[in-house]
Amino acid sequence: MTEGNGTDTLLPGAPEGGQRRAVWLNFKLVAGASMVLLVVFFGLLGPLFWNTKLADPASSPPNLPPIWEAGGTGAHPLGTESLGRDILALLIVGSEATLRVGAIAAAAGLVIAVVLGFGGGYLGGWVDDVVRVLADSWVTIPALAVLVVLAAALQGVTADTEALLLALFSWPEATRMIRSQMLSMRGRSYVKMARLSGVSSAGIMFTEILPNMIPYVVASFVRAMAGAIMAATGLEALGLGPTQTPTLGTTIYYAIQGSALLRGIWWWWGMPVVVLVLIFSGLFILSIGLDEVANPRIKRYRYRVRRAGRRPAVPVTASAVSAGPATVATPSVGTEQ
Amino acid sequence: MSDTPLLEIRDFTMKYAGSSAAAVDKFSLVLPESPATITTIAGESGSGKTTLANAVLGFLTPTSGSISFRGRDIARLGRRQRADYRRSVQAIFQDPYAAYNPFYPIRHTLLQVIRQFGLASSRRQARTLMNDAVALVGMRGDEVLDKHPHQLSGGQRQRIMFARAHLVRPQLIVADEPVSMIDASLRATIIDIMLKMRDEDGISFLYITHDLSTAYQIGNEIVILYSGRVAESGEVADVIEQPKHPYAQLLIESVPVPDPRRRWQDEVSLAAEDGAHRSQQRCLYAPRCPRRMDKCDEGVPGMYQIAGTHQAACYLYE
Amino acid sequence: MSDAVLEVEGLKVEYQTSSGPAVAVNGISFQVFPGETLGLVGESGCGKSTTAMAILNLVQAPGRIAEGSIRLNGTELSTLNPRSMRRIRWQEVALIPQGAMDSLNPVVRVDSQIAEVIEDHEGRQRFADMHERITELLGMVGLPARVGRLYPHELSGGMKQRVCIAMAIALRPKLLVADEPTSALDVVVQRVVAQTLLDVTQRLGMAMILIGHDIALQAQLVDRMAVMYAGSIVEVGRVESIFDHPSHPYTQLLVSSVPSITERRRRPSDATVREVHHRPSGCVFRLRCPQAFDRCRAEVPAMRELVPGHVVACHLYAGGSGEPAPAEAAGHV
Repeated sequence: MTEGNGTDTLLPGAPEGGQRRAVWLNFKLVAGASMVLLVVFFGLLGPLFWNTKLADPASSPPNLPPIWEAGGTGAHPLGTESLGRDILALLIVGSEATLRVGAIAAAAGLVIAVVLGFGGGYLGGWVDDVVRVLADSWVTIPALAVLVVLAAALQGVTADTEALLLALFSWPEATRMIRSQMLSMRGRSYVKMARLSGVSSAGIMFTEILPNMIPYVVASFVRAMAGAIMAATGLEALGLGPTQTPTLGTTIYYAIQGSALLRGIWWWWGMPVVVLVLIFSGLFILSIGLDEVANPRIKRYRYRVRRAGRRPAVPVTASAVSAGPATVATPSVGTEQ
Repeated sequence: MSDTPLLEIRDFTMKYAGSSAAAVDKFSLVLPESPATITTIAGESGSGKTTLANAVLGFLTPTSGSISFRGRDIARLGRRQRADYRRSVQAIFQDPYAAYNPFYPIRHTLLQVIRQFGLASSRRQARTLMNDAVALVGMRGDEVLDKHPHQLSGGQRQRIMFARAHLVRPQLIVADEPVSMIDASLRATIIDIMLKMRDEDGISFLYITHDLSTAYQIGNEIVILYSGRVAESGEVADVIEQPKHPYAQLLIESVPVPDPRRRWQDEVSLAAEDGAHRSQQRCLYAPRCPRRMDKCDEGVPGMYQIAGTHQAACYLYE
Repeated sequence: MSDAVLEVEGLKVEYQTSSGPAVAVNGISFQVFPGETLGLVGESGCGKSTTAMAILNLVQAPGRIAEGSIRLNGTELSTLNPRSMRRIRWQEVALIPQGAMDSLNPVVRVDSQIAEVIEDHEGRQRFADMHERITELLGMVGLPARVGRLYPHELSGGMKQRVCIAMAIALRPKLLVADEPTSALDVVVQRVVAQTLLDVTQRLGMAMILIGHDIALQAQLVDRMAVMYAGSIVEVGRVESIFDHPSHPYTQLLVSSVPSITERRRRPSDATVREVHHRPSGCVFRLRCPQAFDRCRAEVPAMRELVPGHVVACHLYAGGSGEPAPAEAAGHV
């Protein structure tokens, strides 16, 4: 009983403060965010340094290799493809388009998720039942198959409609996570305390619960974005993406169409893949980082599990320990994609 | 109006969905308006004491029976009356860490009540109020208010919870196991704060605990619950010194005495509850009771008076 | 040459943290003799659980045993390789960890879990023999044989804890380490479990280290008691001697802060309890000690024997000019 409590009496070398600040400086968080930001800046600032008109067909001589290969030229440092488009320009335009599709899809999905998750989790009762069943059954729908059918039926989508289509499938998982967090937070003593202080339901939701939800909401956004970009790339590589805007996925589609693989024009498909890898690994690492920030106990919890559930009697775990076992088991966030 | 009790619980019954047995079954209790008292509700886990606490705080609606605060049923309060009730009844919870929002510094918890109940008209006054409240529980505002909850010890966190409650100046505090997660050598400070608030501020306590020794030291009346029903109640000294109900006797006898020369004599065995016998219309303690009679399986014993307010729900005292 | 089952000497356990090593156990020494029950008492964070883990060589990263020796029947455990250690665990020394009852495998029947422990060390057994052994073990902890066929979730907390005791004694170790075996149990169940524990260890002639924070419970159960504060043992002695003459100011505080259920009186508490979050120089308790004086700041008090078998680490009993002689100061006559 006393054991569950932790910080009474004496803690050799207990942290004197600033733990919250230190937690935000999570290495994975910074590394992941930097990778994603690199692509974001590339897409946003690229047009200032490079002529993106070169992404139009027949704007350049076709099939030029990158500058470091024989026959490469400084006018097209990453080479050009068979339709006469400059790869660097394609990547700049494509990164921006791909990220935008992902961000819009994730944001739209998250709006749905926050409304449903907050509503279901806080109100409970039948509202919650509806939300839960809806989200749980929606997750089982094979998204890509449905998207393929929808995109084919629409016969040529714009980047924005594609994003909204993707949003149809980015909300359920986020909803489930936000709802379960809401459920667990609703029952916390501090929420009871706020009720005893006469704080209204809306007040509790926004001032007590929301701040603690921010890391989870951000983590949901990151995961939804990764999922949306994944699905978008799939659709586009199948030729079902926006035909007007060159995205990373459509570039791959054209590379496949132009038999780039057989013809050895590796830079046509290889360059967009590099950017995609950067985006996906960045988002993934970022989500793990956020996970640790949202739930500082996770790292420690794993460590506790290894010790067969034993409580390490050390100050490092002071906050984890004082929270007691009941709160340790909060579901983990966003470690798989 | 002086004879209207502060709190009157009448036949409070709480059944949770999906459970045939009541968590609390026909519980009645009256707390006087004055003088302020510490009334202990004691029992093991599952005896219904936390259900009772949540109901008094208005977090649960009784399945049947009523809880009235100063003559008004708390399930039927108007808007104004509800706000008034919130000011009059506060709580201290067992886990002093969970009671703080980890996102905010400690001051948030105190400011919350100051703001909600309009206790201060200026920032300056709010600061003075907070500092005074924290000083009351033996700490310094400038040292703790800007810290986050995880930076304080369990004892400090719990003391600030009392400071928070004191800011509101309620008439009743429901204290649910307030010291069970606090180290023994620091418990006394918390107990002292309770006594001080009772004696100097006239705040009554509903002290919910499994710890009979602190109840014995500070309580006025005590109610011992078993499986959601009252087994015995009365003046704490009467009940602890001369328990009548066989369960109360076993419970009190099992509290370890800090004296190596007065060790437990005989071994007790826990007769396994036989699942076949699930009737609620009997003494629920009968299957474990060494003094069980036929009667005990046939009806629910009422409260039989021993002396004064001392009562036991046992046919031995019929 | 010593006849102790367990000899711990100068044990120091450190945890690696971002701000350097944190010392959880700071050079403690104690012995456990055959058949006796030693209570290790202290409050949260004092290092008592870490000590338990260290005895079984189970301290894991980022913690490590930095110094000291742990000898079980003369075998040094702190340097033993993992394989030999695994053999010694359960067979020579068994641990009932804190919250053991919640670590039972929920999908395996109780008898299979006990059997697993036995077969792990003794290899496969005939079914009938195993069955008989498990029935006997369950009987020793006061459980009917049918409990063996149940799953953990079908048992109450007290029964689960007794199953854990049965597992711990399955291989008849010489020493049992029980870490808070009754915390989170109701008073009556606590008493049953505690009595069961005491009963089986006595019947099998095992020594036991009973770790706990409840000094009243310790008074009921142990033969000798060691009081721990902030990683150090501050007092050791026979339990009667400690309760009659608590000598270290911290022990005095602990003993006096137990509310009594036999006598209705409140000792006035020291209203200005200081809570300390760092280890001070000199005596670990000096910042909370009402009797601290200059020497406490400067010098770590050594263990001194007040009367045979009762030792305390406090400068109050240092003797010398003008200070009370050890035995006198502690109230021994």
